[in-house]
Amino acid sequence: MRKLIIALTALSVLGGASAPAVAKTDPQSDLNEFRQYFYKKFPGVKLQEFGDGIYAIDKVRRDEWQLMEEFPSYEDGVNRGRKLFEKYDIGSCFKNGGKGIKQHYPYFDKQSGSVRTLEGDLMACLKRKNVDLKAEKLRFFKGNFAAIAAYMAYTSRGEKQNVVVPDDERALDVYEKGKQFFYAKRGQLNMSCADCHVYNSGMMARGNLLSPGLGQTSHFPVWRRKWAGGDETGVKGFGTIQRRYSGCNKQVRALPMNAYNSGKYKTETQHPTYVALEYFHTYMSNGIRLNGPAIRQ
Amino acid sequence: MRKAAKLIAAASTVAMLLGSMAMVPSTAVAADADTGKKLAENRKKGNCFACHSYEGAHLPGNIGPPLVAMKSRFPDKDRVREQIANPTKFNPNSMMPPFGKHNILTEEEIDHITEWVYTL
Ligand code: HEC
Ligand code: HEC
Repeated sequence: MRKLIIALTALSVLGGASAPAVAKTDPQSDLNEFRQYFYKKFPGVKLQEFGDGIYAIDKVRRDEWQLMEEFPSYEDGVNRGRKLFEKYDIGSCFKNGGKGIKQHYPYFDKQSGSVRTLEGDLMACLKRKNVDLKAEKLRFFKGNFAAIAAYMAYTSRGEKQNVVVPDDERALDVYEKGKQFFYAKRGQLNMSCADCHVYNSGMMARGNLLSPGLGQTSHFPVWRRKWAGGDETGVKGFGTIQRRYSGCNKQVRALPMNAYNSGKYKTETQHPTYVALEYFHTYMSNGIRLNGPAIRQ
Repeated sequence: MRKAAKLIAAASTVAMLLGSMAMVPSTAVAADADTGKKLAENRKKGNCFACHSYEGAHLPGNIGPPLVAMKSRFPDKDRVREQIANPTKFNPNSMMPPFGKHNILTEEEIDHITEWVYTL
């Protein structure tokens, strides 16, 4: 009898509420859940170690990788990035002279109500200073542009990722969009980011070990051997996180959300969907120390 | 006159072709396991070993279960075919691509691959 009454009151409470029970976006509890999932899946791997991607979960690959990091092939590229950074006085557009700030990106800008990425702010800075983007071949994703971003990441090494999602509907909205993109299946092959980097992380897709989603953003821009090709010392190996998104989208035969490039060098802006994804994805790696640009295959 | 004869000949060829086709069961081409294996191992087609190991697979992945003893584990061949054509029917969250539903493979190609899987 008591049970019935409780059930009835519960029902009336539900009935009384006008809106359907939609779970409120709660980034902090998402983050806790995300971490716990990977702690359970990879026992013994510590939070900081997740920043090393597949090398955190595979000993043989890790040893190989550590050898590569001893004489890092990205050094010349980082220097090239620093030179461009200084040449165009990029520091003047940023807090703290542009150094040691990457851990705060992406951040929600209250005034404009939008989320800003480091690369987005960098592009805005270059435009403000009327840099000849074409002459320096400065475009989102790769090359010289990614080299400047890589230099900025380099000055932030060791800082803990610290993305803030404030209790502001506009920020929560972007976060929620990014989260949905991460978990939604897409492309002809019908796979979500989470299919590969949550549920099947640690498994092999043919010869490729799938990295855990936790810690995936900590070391970007990366320097990939695949992208560098023969160019072992310059800037070709660099790619921003959104370049990687684009690659992972293409793998499942989904349309990549590349930067709009109408008029190529003039009006290029980042795709809002990838900005949202980066916001969510990076927030999930809060607390992990930055280590960019790291080497990846 | 010569033209008419040709026409008649052509018409009878068509009739013969139609007649012979009517004798084979529904599919125009018989499903063939060897063709299926080639399609399965083509990275742009099935690429099945990206996720499944099976005897003789080269550097297979392990996202899906090994393909072994298919006949005894799946007495119903149509069930295997449906798994390839639309795995979301059995597991809405399946990682396996819906090869038929998303037109990754043609119906005929799925028939060939099913035939091959059934030999494993
Ligand atoms: C079909 C499987 C698959 C899907 C789906 C997929 N990825 Fe990946 N991803 C890979 C593989 C393989 C690699 C390279 C090995 C690794 O580091 O995981 C990779 C690498 C990455 C990396 C680099 C990790 C590092 O340590 O540098 C990031 C970041 C990433 N993926 C994000 C995503 C996001 C975000 C999505 C969804 C938009 C996604 N991936 C979808 C397979 C996939
Ligand atoms: C990206 C991963 C992936 C690819 C590619 C893939 N599969 Fe699968 N497959 C799975 C998973 C995961 C399952 C487990 C059941 C499920 O979740 O649908 C499965 C299940 C199966 C089963 C049922 C086996 C059992 O023991 O339950 C068969 C048969 C099968 N796959 C055949 C194929 C064939 C044939 C191909 C290529 C044409 C293929 N798969 C490609 C992931 C994949």
